[in-house]
Amino acid sequence: MPAVLDAQRAQEIIDAHLALEGPLLPILHAFVEEFGFVDDTAVPLIANALNLSRAEVHGVLTFYHDFRREPAGKHVLKICRAEACQARGSESVARHCLADLGVDWHGTTQDGAITVEPVYCLGLCANGPSALFDDEPIAALTADKLVSVIEEAESV
Amino acid sequence: MTRVFVPRDVVALALGADKIAAAIVATAKARGADVSIVRNGSRGMFFLEPLIEVETPAGRIAYGPVTLKDVAALFDAGFLDGGTHALRIGKPEDHPFLKRQTRLTFARSGITDPVSLEDYAAHEGWLGLKRAIEIGSAAIVDEITKSGLRGRGGAGFPTGVKWKTVADTKADRKYVVCNCDEGDSGTFADRMVLEDDPYMLIEGMTICGLAVGATKGYVYCRSEYPHGIKAFNEALQRARAAGYLGKDVLGSGHAFDIELRVGAGAYVCGEETALLESLEGRRGMVRAKPPLPAINGLFQKPTVINNVLSLATAPFILAHGAKAYADFGMGRSRGTMPLQLAGNIRYGGLFETAFGLTLGEIVEDIGGGTASGRPVRAVQCGGPLGAYFPPALFDTPFDYEAFAAKDGLIGHGGIVVFDDTVDMLTMARFAMEFCAIESCGKCTPCRIGSTRGQEVIDKILAGIHVEANLRLLEDLCQTMKFGSLCALGGFAPYPVLSAMRHYPEDFKPHAAIAAE
Repeated sequence: MPAVLDAQRAQEIIDAHLALEGPLLPILHAFVEEFGFVDDTAVPLIANALNLSRAEVHGVLTFYHDFRREPAGKHVLKICRAEACQARGSESVARHCLADLGVDWHGTTQDGAITVEPVYCLGLCANGPSALFDDEPIAALTADKLVSVIEEAESV
Repeated sequence: MTRVFVPRDVVALALGADKIAAAIVATAKARGADVSIVRNGSRGMFFLEPLIEVETPAGRIAYGPVTLKDVAALFDAGFLDGGTHALRIGKPEDHPFLKRQTRLTFARSGITDPVSLEDYAAHEGWLGLKRAIEIGSAAIVDEITKSGLRGRGGAGFPTGVKWKTVADTKADRKYVVCNCDEGDSGTFADRMVLEDDPYMLIEGMTICGLAVGATKGYVYCRSEYPHGIKAFNEALQRARAAGYLGKDVLGSGHAFDIELRVGAGAYVCGEETALLESLEGRRGMVRAKPPLPAINGLFQKPTVINNVLSLATAPFILAHGAKAYADFGMGRSRGTMPLQLAGNIRYGGLFETAFGLTLGEIVEDIGGGTASGRPVRAVQCGGPLGAYFPPALFDTPFDYEAFAAKDGLIGHGGIVVFDDTVDMLTMARFAMEFCAIESCGKCTPCRIGSTRGQEVIDKILAGIHVEANLRLLEDLCQTMKFGSLCALGGFAPYPVLSAMRHYPEDFKPHAAIAAE
């Protein structure tokens, strides 16, 4: 994950989306996909290409929860906090997981391995508590299960 | 060669289906058995997932819930020939959970390989579209209107009226937008359509395009569904390559194509005008209505915006006729509703049935009560903005009007069960907190009200002027209900008010409860 924005690659990403109707969200998603986050220096590039003001691009970038503006940890763990998972004890499982990792919501572990985010529903509502570890779904989450998922990911 | 079905629905994946599929292949190889794996969709019996099925001369025999460590024992038990094992369910369609359903929209789910065009065509796929091409725009709209189909996203607006408005509005370009921003907790039917029967949605949107004269469709899917996004994109590619989408749909001379767009974690984008703003590349801020999207929608063009389930129902209605659909249901709620049984429930999953069962029948008879085995205390219907129902209201029939009469909503059909350990003041606080996190900020009652609501509830929790703050909370809820621009602020009071009304014993300082 490059720490500084590669301006040439950034421009390529923008250009690849210009034929779309309403290209701003797809561009921002592509930035997160490529660089892991949307660096502030990307804002004027995007604004210029789409004939928008920087304020408009900034407004969109900051409105949506998904558009990270700083790098995340190596892995992102999203734990569901919505009602159906709460009904199956997700809040207490989440508290355990956060304590085990030594972070709060939105925090990244000290070794930079894992960022923990809240998520409101993954559509696994009959099998909660649920979580998404990178793109791997986890149902019936327990603190122990999470430890084994993390260990497996780290061993790869 | 024996075909073994291992679902690719995310519920099965989240319970290890990929590893189980790999283990079945490896074990079969080691034992010299000739096996081919089919990644089918889910039957929606999530309490049995991963539900593995084997094709035998006597039909498909199911086993579940299977874990990785069961695989060897299943081979030992001769499961490839339908052998006896503790996990053997028998024929899935004979299982009481499926047998009691009326599957019109989810008829194929779990039976077919979701991305196989051959499977789809072999199970009544494209019949609706072919008939739509034959009968033309006005007759399609007529069928949808006569079916009595109402928007399955939550508002329950007659789908035929919406289509007719767009069809009658002249424009150089029109759109079909599918709302797949299924953010309500306790709902997963839209996700299942994407993952388990995506061609049905493609067919439904294409029928809608023909009906209203639109050439472009967008599916706006929430980013929390990465597996659904992948499955639907794969289906789109295959459908396009086979001529079901493109410049000349099935040689009809009509052009229609679909593009999937991914949301970015904003719940409010499930509101139709916020969704359109988001598709256009802006903040997901709610638009004032009028103008209606049907007249002035995406990029200011006439736009049908419907929920996944509404669009996915169109193929059945066109293939079998409006009457076949309207014959199900009660009162003004016609057809079937895919109920989603979730939360602390014993038999959780998708249960498609005609309107009219009571809430008690759904929760106790079909859902089997709580998964924890404790008594049911509260049932939240219709997502995070839906009311909490106590068992005293379990005689309420499940239809749009009956629920509205009890100050509730059926919404997208999500039913979340809580046992007696739930604290309703905490749930009321969560409703306000969620609204504060997700408010788009456009209108004051929602933007400020949700934060103030959270603060007032915290004061009640801490025992500060409890009586006065309860009155204030009630008053604030009324302001949000009647003063908000859209359903987010307008309905967030429903869980709060219903919790206050039905569970007053929880609305006292929590230190006092501890002291009791």
